[in-house]
Amino acid sequence: MTFDQFIFYFFSAILLFAGLRVITARNPVHAALYLVLAFFTAAGLWMTLEAEFLAITLVLVYVGAVMVLFLFVVMMLDINLDKLKEGFWDYLPLALPVAILLMLEMAVVLGGRFFGLDKYSAPVAKAADYSNTKELGRLLYTEYVYAFELAAVILLVAIVAAIALTMRKRKDTKYIDPAQQVAVKRADRVRLVKMPAEQGSGIRDQESGGSAK
Amino acid sequence: MNFSLAELVPLLPEIFLLAMLSLILVVDTMLKDSQRTATYVFTLLTLAGCAWLTFSGHRTDPVHAFSGMFVDDTLADVLKLALYLAVAFMLVYSRSYLQARGLFKGEFYALTLFATLGMMVMISAGHFLTLYLGLELLSLSLYAMVALQRDSAVATEAAMKYFVLGAIASGMLLYGMSMVYGSTGSLMLSDVSVALQEGAGQKVPLVFGLVFIVAGLAFKLGAVPFHMWVPDVYHGAPTAVTLFISSAPKLAAFAFSIRLLVQGLEVLHTDWRDMLVLLAVLSMAVGNLAAIAQNNIKRMLAYSTISHMGFLLLGILAGSQNGYAASMFYSVIYALMSLGGFGIILLLARQGFESDELDDLKGLNQRSPWAAFLMLLLMFSMAGIPPTVGFYAKLSVLQAVVEAGLVWLAVVAVLFSLIGAFYYLRVVKLMYFDEPLQVAPIEAPGDMRLALSINGLAILALGILPGPLMGVCLIAVQSSL
Repeated sequence: MTFDQFIFYFFSAILLFAGLRVITARNPVHAALYLVLAFFTAAGLWMTLEAEFLAITLVLVYVGAVMVLFLFVVMMLDINLDKLKEGFWDYLPLALPVAILLMLEMAVVLGGRFFGLDKYSAPVAKAADYSNTKELGRLLYTEYVYAFELAAVILLVAIVAAIALTMRKRKDTKYIDPAQQVAVKRADRVRLVKMPAEQGSGIRDQESGGSAK
Repeated sequence: MNFSLAELVPLLPEIFLLAMLSLILVVDTMLKDSQRTATYVFTLLTLAGCAWLTFSGHRTDPVHAFSGMFVDDTLADVLKLALYLAVAFMLVYSRSYLQARGLFKGEFYALTLFATLGMMVMISAGHFLTLYLGLELLSLSLYAMVALQRDSAVATEAAMKYFVLGAIASGMLLYGMSMVYGSTGSLMLSDVSVALQEGAGQKVPLVFGLVFIVAGLAFKLGAVPFHMWVPDVYHGAPTAVTLFISSAPKLAAFAFSIRLLVQGLEVLHTDWRDMLVLLAVLSMAVGNLAAIAQNNIKRMLAYSTISHMGFLLLGILAGSQNGYAASMFYSVIYALMSLGGFGIILLLARQGFESDELDDLKGLNQRSPWAAFLMLLLMFSMAGIPPTVGFYAKLSVLQAVVEAGLVWLAVVAVLFSLIGAFYYLRVVKLMYFDEPLQVAPIEAPGDMRLALSINGLAILALGILPGPLMGVCLIAVQSSL
């Protein structure tokens, strides 16, 4: 076994284990953390394919941003696990055969028989000064610029939809209008009241009455 | 790759739409609620502008842009024009409904235009990536539109179901596409087609991928057994959105199927034909039988959609140019019929009252003879009774199926249409022979009444003179495939 193969099997084993734990872990926080592990090892596998840019993006974007956000959501929401697991055993008799069937079908097709090295030769290793990032950038902004722009439009839809679905003006919220605050005049806030001076013991009552005004 | 600005010319309608859409998004934030009609007018004007650009930019030979990712051919132009028309009709029908429910907001119009853009991208896609991105653009806008009525629990549930099932369907589609990519080494539809003709890839992985592609496609079309979302979404969504989902996207779905199955994977025709036969027969059976049991018009029309999608698939699976043209004709006519059918429901709805039960149609003839007559035309057309155009649409599809040597399939289709005629005619019976339960007068703006009349009469006119539209469909198919 060469070192490459060892790396591949090592990462694959961890990836499979992590993937399995994502769906079997009881605690959603654990599941999310196993997903982080799965992403990380997948990034390692991509490294062996010389796809450095994608590997690092996977770690930065998915592990660094998406999963952290996801963890926050999991921790903020009070998820009732028992309720989530409800019906698991009811669906199992149907779901298990479906899953096994799907797995067998994939095993038939995805083996070395159809996609083996004799059918598709292994990619040739690139020279040391080959820049993955540059190639990707070139493709994205030339050949695939149309698809790239479309992806941008999809993000715009996501923004519009998220705002349309979540923004609401509640009638009972108290909010400040900065424009009004800036435009305020002295006369709007302060009222000078002229009061005749009084004498004697009533001075304390008068003070408290004045501050209430 | 050398790029010249001239490459952008075939994309002018898309670019114009996106530019106007951004403008509408910005302008709308500055409008008061009382000025919201401006957004509505702007949206209609945008569609008119797109139609003009598509019409004037039409060329008989297919034009490719972005190294083949974008195709502008006659098929795309015809379908896009039909698409603008369907969206415009939907906007006219839904205005008063939206106003009565506090949904008359800029977001509705922005999302409508986003969905329109997605459909345009799908219609002129020449690449797996653009097909998929267009589909996602459409689907994401639709999910949001279904959920737009936030205080309605039914709408939220419908949106959730639609979203989850739509995501699974997209996943299946992508998985199938990746298998085809693995076998042929290309994502470009024309390259895939060439590679397949030269015998690239082995049969098993290709067919395996094809199964997933067809399943994803069937999900999006709403064909049985991937139809579970259709009745719930049609029922739960605000009627204006149901109207939208049931009309224009069917045109895009037709284009999607043609591009994917015919332009990309035609070599595998014998394989996907059998899958489509199964989907078509099941759709016609389940759609027509389940529709009988419905009390809600929106649910009934949802099952009717399922059965119509079965018919649409019949034309495609015939595998001939006549078949594709018949299928295209069917999709355009179905969009028209669906617009009219839901348009009548919108006409009868008013503030705080949905008018989506079958009983609400009782005695419509006494309340408004004209609306009842239009609904009669639409129901006759959906059932396929001459002289309405639905008859001709069904006939041309059946002809193509018989030409392909599948006589038994044509017989099955006719039988299920006969069963389906029952629930369409029941609506007619309720309208003409029952006493009305509702007595409130029907109030609707003039433009809606006018559009609805045009829509209903078009069903009749096209039924008497189907030749020109059928000719256009045939030319589009012949010059593009």
